[in-house]
Amino acid sequence: MIEARRLSVSINGTAILQEVDLQLTPGSITGLVGESGSGKSMTSLAIMGLLPRGAKVSGQVTLDGRDLLATSEAEMCRIRGNRIGMIFQEPMTALNPLMNIGDQVAEVLRIHHRMDRAAALARAREKLDRVGLPEPRFPLTLFPHELSGGQRQRVAIALAIAERPDLLIADEPTTALDVTTQAQILDLLAGLVRDEGMALLLITHDLAVVAGIADRVAVMKAGRIVEEGPTEMLFRRQAHPYTRALFAASRHAPAGTGPAGEKDPLLQVQGAVREYRLPGNAGVLRAVDEVSLTIGRGESVGLVGESGCGKSTLTRAILGLDPLQSGNIRISGQEVSAGRSMPRELRARAQVVFQDPFGSFNPRWRVERLVAEPFHLTGYPPGWRNRVGAALEEVGLSPGDARKYIHEFSGGQRQRIAIARALIIRPDLIVLDEAVSALDVRVRAQVLDLLADLRRSHGLAYLFISHDLSVVRGVTDRVLVMQKGRIVEDGLAGQVIGAPNHPYTQSLIKAMPRIPEGWVAA
Amino acid sequence: MRPGMFLGTLLAGLAVLAAAISFLWTPYDVTQMAIADKLMPPGAGHWLGTDHFGRDILSMIMVGARVSIAVALVAVGIGMGLGVPLGLIAAARRGSWLEEAIMRGNDLIFAFPSLVIAILITAIFGPSAINAIIAIGIFNIPVFARVTRGGALPLWTLDYIRAAEVSGKGAALISVQHILPNIANLLMVQGTIQFSLGILAEAGLSYVGLGAQPPTPSWGRMLAEAQTMVTLAPHVAIIPGLCILLTVLGLNLLGDGLRDALDPRLKVMR
Amino acid sequence: MLRYSFRRILSLGLSLLIASAVIFSVVELVPGDPASFMLGTGAQPETIAALREQMGLDQPLPLRYASWLGALLQGDFGQSFTYKAPIAELLGDRLQVSLALAILALCLAVFIALPVGIYAAARRGRAGDAAVMGGTQLGIALPNFWFAMLLVLLFAVKLQWLPAGGFPGWSDPLAGLKALILPAVALALPQAAILARVLRSALIETQGQDYIRTARAKGLTTGQVLRRHALRNALIPVLTIMGMQFSFLLAGAIIIENVFYLPGLGRLIFQAINQRDLILVQSAVLVLVAAVITVTFIVDLAYALVDPRLRQR
Repeated sequence: MIEARRLSVSINGTAILQEVDLQLTPGSITGLVGESGSGKSMTSLAIMGLLPRGAKVSGQVTLDGRDLLATSEAEMCRIRGNRIGMIFQEPMTALNPLMNIGDQVAEVLRIHHRMDRAAALARAREKLDRVGLPEPRFPLTLFPHELSGGQRQRVAIALAIAERPDLLIADEPTTALDVTTQAQILDLLAGLVRDEGMALLLITHDLAVVAGIADRVAVMKAGRIVEEGPTEMLFRRQAHPYTRALFAASRHAPAGTGPAGEKDPLLQVQGAVREYRLPGNAGVLRAVDEVSLTIGRGESVGLVGESGCGKSTLTRAILGLDPLQSGNIRISGQEVSAGRSMPRELRARAQVVFQDPFGSFNPRWRVERLVAEPFHLTGYPPGWRNRVGAALEEVGLSPGDARKYIHEFSGGQRQRIAIARALIIRPDLIVLDEAVSALDVRVRAQVLDLLADLRRSHGLAYLFISHDLSVVRGVTDRVLVMQKGRIVEDGLAGQVIGAPNHPYTQSLIKAMPRIPEGWVAA
Repeated sequence: MRPGMFLGTLLAGLAVLAAAISFLWTPYDVTQMAIADKLMPPGAGHWLGTDHFGRDILSMIMVGARVSIAVALVAVGIGMGLGVPLGLIAAARRGSWLEEAIMRGNDLIFAFPSLVIAILITAIFGPSAINAIIAIGIFNIPVFARVTRGGALPLWTLDYIRAAEVSGKGAALISVQHILPNIANLLMVQGTIQFSLGILAEAGLSYVGLGAQPPTPSWGRMLAEAQTMVTLAPHVAIIPGLCILLTVLGLNLLGDGLRDALDPRLKVMR
Repeated sequence: MLRYSFRRILSLGLSLLIASAVIFSVVELVPGDPASFMLGTGAQPETIAALREQMGLDQPLPLRYASWLGALLQGDFGQSFTYKAPIAELLGDRLQVSLALAILALCLAVFIALPVGIYAAARRGRAGDAAVMGGTQLGIALPNFWFAMLLVLLFAVKLQWLPAGGFPGWSDPLAGLKALILPAVALALPQAAILARVLRSALIETQGQDYIRTARAKGLTTGQVLRRHALRNALIPVLTIMGMQFSFLLAGAIIIENVFYLPGLGRLIFQAINQRDLILVQSAVLVLVAAVITVTFIVDLAYALVDPRLRQR
């Protein structure tokens, strides 16, 4: 049994964790939920004894009655990887790119036991089999770059559980993965807890993930655990207002999804094909394969698919950034072409909001200049500064913010600025490219509300691109599901999610983590 | 200001100051020989002593600083003026034959060290200080091209570039408005490094007679002339070398200080 | 790996071809007629005609380039008219000094830089790191030929431990090596300073990577992490710098020969410039450039040995 008692951490005088109590029992899964910056990851690093330099820690972390915080670094090295294993969020970078996966798993065994390389590799083989990477498809000699994200996360799990630890800490282990891969990894983790009897501390921002898998849940806010209890009870009770707020935000659907789209078509894509030559002589990849779709004026359409399905490529073509090999794209009947040949008036019809609130703005420009950039298409009107101020007000900021630089704003505020930029030249269509995916649930709910309001007031059409069906559900009239470059399903949002036709959509829906309806009713 | 950067600014500033003053005044005329006063050690009359022709070393150092700084500065100008646009183009046309051609061209120039270029030019056109400028300048081109491309490529993946494209801006406008301001720090730091390398390279070229020609004093040539006297009067050799060392050290400290102050993760080339 | 090596070899060949064409045509820029340029104003018309004949100046440029290249491939660099000897032989003799010096200096630089860089990275932010970094700052700023003079002053003149200059040849390898020690040290120290700094920052950068955190979570000590994971990953930028340093070292060797009166390529080239022996200059420059290109090629192959991602390309 591993227990944290009154665990507090501060860095340079700022309190990061305050009196955190956690009990992690063998054979059970504890979910630690909270928004970014709430101190979830710091809790796991404190347990591991891997806090950054300069962090001050107090309280206790006990493993079999022994205080890990008072244990020497040399002794901690024997505990890490042996009694406590850990996996991280980003599988793409979590493994050494220059070492094959067999050696990486075997290394854990060899540093904790005297063992020759052959024996260690044989054990590594067993562990990789256990996490679902069997021979002959996955020999020990593979290097990380030859594996997908989900497969790499399996390797990371294999090396974390190689020593049959008492505790496995998984810090956002599925956040970077597609929904179907996420379901598989969560299954694997649950199976390991069942079979090996270890304790699992599952850190996540996603309430639905813990609902499906955790025995107990702790909700963390600003370095404190505000509520803790058995999963179902916690969900039914929601004793703490913060838990309630999180819960409400995660299921938020903006009121009134706007007028059902007029049938007058705005965007028409017909038989769009886009291919890429693969590196070397590996042939061509058909990223977009005979895609046809239509978006009516004022209609909000979701485009859902997993990474690599071609939705980004399609988006680039719609925005006139990449040419098509065949087929065509029309906005209000006018054909979209890539590069300079596309008329400016046509470009001004469609604008875009991107995912990353941090990479979306030139850090050296003031907000004023950033928001006004699309005027390049229409010419800067007299009094354009007032237009910028008005646009900022529309998205819930103040005109005075125009003089600031982008680093002065939070992630949610930046997405509002991005929306103001898209809005400023009054386009007919806004492409929302994973526009709320990087935001915490409460901020996301606010931005979704804003988008719904703007759509009503301006009669905008949205193409809402997301990997996450649950986000799309609340804000779109119609949903398209894309797989391997093709649109495999097209229907009303409620219908696609409630009664999917295509097997791929069905698998997506099935893999989607959700909070049982019964828990909500209470 | 951190102590390193302070020292760097001081040393580099001193060299620039010495060069600037030399236009108006030097303790002695640098061309004036006085065999009677030859190889005098540093003292009251000649603060840094005299060389084997009795010329005042301080005066020669001051005028020499002019040559060193001018050569290095113009060479950085050549490198930046040609290298930065090439790097910007390569990044803007990433993945195309144009990028490939620019980068292969860069590799080719890299295979010609400054010394080799100076040898070729001198063999054909005869020795002069211009040779050193051209040789070092040419060598600077691929350095700036690579650093510019390296700094620009990650920027091109960012969404604000997409946003600019959606606003109808072409690659040239985006390079000027979005890319260049965001790699200005990088170029400034790299410029300082190349400036200091230029001073070292100029000294080396003058030392072997491929740079500044008599009667223009230069630090490298002073060393070449001092070589035979080094056992008789070590100060004749030690002083010019020390000047090179301190100036280059100053510029390097300044460059590192700038980098730390602006962004410690800048990908400069050494 | 095969595919990668093949592509590298192809690019090596192409680079050599283009470089040779550049060098050949640059020499054509000489004002006036190359033969009379080389022989000077006082030359007899018959001598000029003979040289024109030897250089094949009556033929068009591409044809001359082709026959020059053809001869080069057979190891025939032509005849030096100042030394009255085959250029290939002259270059071969001199390379025994210059190339040996550059390689010796590179080995020395690596030998010094590795422990220093690792030490500084391991002591990052502490007094040991600061001291080493200060020392390398000085090292980078050191003009190597001046440093060489100081070494001569101390070790040859004052202490008389090592020869002040000259080269006895390789017939007695130990004596030859002894003559190259001071020049090699003078060349190596500034480069070692650069290499140590690059290694340090590469190590520090790799230590911030996610896989280092994974390794720590496995239970590796900071020392084990450095040796088993960080070092190999840090080697890639270090290799790049080493490749570039070779070209600096070769150029440095040519300059520093003057301090030690070494009969290397440098002396040959500077005499050839004074004698206006363009053919000799051209050949020597080609050899230098070819050496630099070849080292770049070797570094490219070394990348693939370190990095499996390149091997499979």
